[in-house]
Amino acid sequence: MSADRVSYTLDSTLETVNDAEETAGRIAAEAGFDDEEIVKISMAVREAAVNAVLHGNAYDPCKKVTLAFERTADDLVIVVRDQGKGLDPGQIPDPLAPANLMKTSGRGIFLIRSFMDVVEIHPSQTGTELKMIKHIHGNPVDSKEAHQ
Amino acid sequence: MSMKSSTRQIDGVTIVDLSGRITLGEGSVVLRDTVRDLLSKGQKKILLNLAEVNYIDSSGIGELVSAYTSCKNQSGELKLLNLTKKVHDLLQITKLYTVFDVREDEAAGVKSFGK
Repeated sequence: MSADRVSYTLDSTLETVNDAEETAGRIAAEAGFDDEEIVKISMAVREAAVNAVLHGNAYDPCKKVTLAFERTADDLVIVVRDQGKGLDPGQIPDPLAPANLMKTSGRGIFLIRSFMDVVEIHPSQTGTELKMIKHIHGNPVDSKEAHQ
Repeated sequence: MSMKSSTRQIDGVTIVDLSGRITLGEGSVVLRDTVRDLLSKGQKKILLNLAEVNYIDSSGIGELVSAYTSCKNQSGELKLLNLTKKVHDLLQITKLYTVFDVREDEAAGVKSFGK
């Protein structure tokens, strides 16, 4: 079983959002995900980066976004951290509620939860950590275990 | 790939051909400016052709909702045409598919607007 980890420290800019999406797509492809899953993973990371840059760091040039990818035998684990006030998960409105359906924002976390297998939000006074996990299906470990 | 927008008129309906990505930043701004410009000219029957839109994020979804609402608030109509599978699936999971009037045929879409 091997684990590969890579992390990036990025500015609070729109370019970071695009870079994060592109990097996620590349790493997901290298991890063996199919095209449909690659789109979902890269989109989830894009939405997480948007949250970090816009809502967390509010484009503050002094604040950074950290993006980390870890590939284990079973999962692709992605962590996005910002240095904002801290996102309270309990305050995230349900975008599917009739009162919110026609709102022009507030769908980012919902999409992340729709596209990833596990999503954890860890707010603190020094920012928010958003951890996303996508299970790697059909990996060699799974196959080996299936034959035992 | 950035977003491009062009407009054409058929029977009093403005068809907006969009291509590229409707995402936070340039793509959303192009859509917003296009719809705002049409409404300011009194062109309130708008058919957004999304056949060449291969990607849309939550900001882009928000921009579609905003365009729809702006049009409706000015007694206009905004409909969607030729959704790609990705955009179709996104509108389904966000429950917006039933909010928008979605068309698959341009001629029928044009005809669906009231005179």
